[in-house]
Amino acid sequence: MCDGPVIHFENVTKTYQNQSRPALENVTLDVEKGEFVFLVGPSGSGKSTFLRLVLKEERPTDGRIHVAGKDLARLTNWKIPHLRRRIGCVFQDFRLLPSKNVYQNIAFALEVIGKPRRFIRKVVPEVIDLVGLEGKRDRMPDELSGGEQQRVAMARAFVNRPMILLADEPTGNIDPATSIGIMKVLDRINRTGTTVVMATHDAAIVDSMRKRVIELEYGKVVRDQTRGVYGQAY
Amino acid sequence: MRAQFVFHEVWIGLRRNLTMTIALIVVVAISLSLLGTGLLFVKQVNNTRTYWQGKVQLSVYLCSKTSVSPQCTKNGPVTTTEQATIAQELKSNPAVDKVYFQSQEQNFAQFRQEFSQNQSFVNSVNSGDIPSSFEVKLKNTEADATTVGEAINGVPGVYQIVDDSSVLTKFYKLLDGARNAVVIIAIILIVAAILLVANTIRLSAFNRRRETSIMRLVGASNFYVQLPFLVEGIIAGLFGWLVAAGLLIGVKSLFLDTLQQYFPFNVQLSGTDLFEVIALAMIIGVLLCGATSFLTLRRYLRV
Repeated sequence: MCDGPVIHFENVTKTYQNQSRPALENVTLDVEKGEFVFLVGPSGSGKSTFLRLVLKEERPTDGRIHVAGKDLARLTNWKIPHLRRRIGCVFQDFRLLPSKNVYQNIAFALEVIGKPRRFIRKVVPEVIDLVGLEGKRDRMPDELSGGEQQRVAMARAFVNRPMILLADEPTGNIDPATSIGIMKVLDRINRTGTTVVMATHDAAIVDSMRKRVIELEYGKVVRDQTRGVYGQAY
Repeated sequence: MRAQFVFHEVWIGLRRNLTMTIALIVVVAISLSLLGTGLLFVKQVNNTRTYWQGKVQLSVYLCSKTSVSPQCTKNGPVTTTEQATIAQELKSNPAVDKVYFQSQEQNFAQFRQEFSQNQSFVNSVNSGDIPSSFEVKLKNTEADATTVGEAINGVPGVYQIVDDSSVLTKFYKLLDGARNAVVIIAIILIVAAILLVANTIRLSAFNRRRETSIMRLVGASNFYVQLPFLVEGIIAGLFGWLVAAGLLIGVKSLFLDTLQQYFPFNVQLSGTDLFEVIALAMIIGVLLCGATSFLTLRRYLRV
């Protein structure tokens, strides 16, 4: 069951209510275990819809989606939280809790899924080290730079060792120099065997990483290249 | 771990909208105590009814030396034959269940006991002033009281017929009216309480939307996301109930028990009655708050 692709889209179409043009149209693609994938395309091309479908925050109008070996159409509402425990998420706006410090923000993700305190005490410092925030565990989010806040968000997304990490424009609010650091952390996470899907506008990053690139335009896959770049295919 | 986490979240939620929480507690307290008062009234009325149901429903007083009705002044005090005729008349009536004779001395003793709280009144009455009587127990109180009364009225030796039920009916009407008013106000307040619970929980959900969105994102179960809100509602309900319990104890000991002094008969509510009402108020309060929070959350915290 887990030998297949971790994300499998088959003729997926998503049309939002009150909209004539589908956000995604007849998309078929596979993402294998351990892959690093860039999702590129202009705003409104369907990148975010793709990520929301993977999380089952939205339901496709048509087509089949399998994530981590599970058919999402047959996943009951009760089981959705269990799916999401296997998927980490990072966003452009970090989404940290302003009233909690670095350690508490990361621990929160484990507390709310009922992990024992001893386990939390052990793994949270490990993941703080992994994202390079040693010595900043007691800082509040407003005492951190944008890049540091995004590292906290990545630590929170990764602390439960998810199978897939979805990143929606993680460098969108961060300057290019700091972005390199963020990409290094994502790469490090990818090397542990976690599949990373990153939606981005940042051409420099895509070009420098030389990973698989899927380009969307008006909801359709117009390019799918291993070791691709941001711009048009040469 | 889990419990500690949930209670921490609950504490944050209650503290963040403190004013709403206080309003909620006050409304729950008032509505529960009014409802409880209504229930105490119901119990009081039932107690009074039970007391009277075991008692005589019709008293046929016989002429004595001091009786002042025209018939008694004409014929003088009741004779033994007249008394026997009246007894026969009553016993042969199909609507009558039992007939007891009470002598002047017995009636005087009873009178003294019933009005023991009013000594000056008791002292002003002599044993000969209270007439002897036939205490008639009817098979069907309410309906037959008048017919039996009319049948025996005017028979020589009969001084006066007192229909207890006609006195009681007025008294019951008064009590029932008061009870209905209290219950109606209580119901209106309960509706207000439900709306307030819904609003408080909605505000709380809005205040903590960051937390809940992250909880959902990292895969917290619905139960875990909703539990703090549910507990929040129930805790507010419990606090409201505590206040209501205090008010109800006050209503009983200061109002209902004081009212007791004006009744010649003992129908005081027991501690068990009060306890029952308070327990019922708790169940209603907790169910009301819990169910309302749960239903509100189902609308506002979709997966």
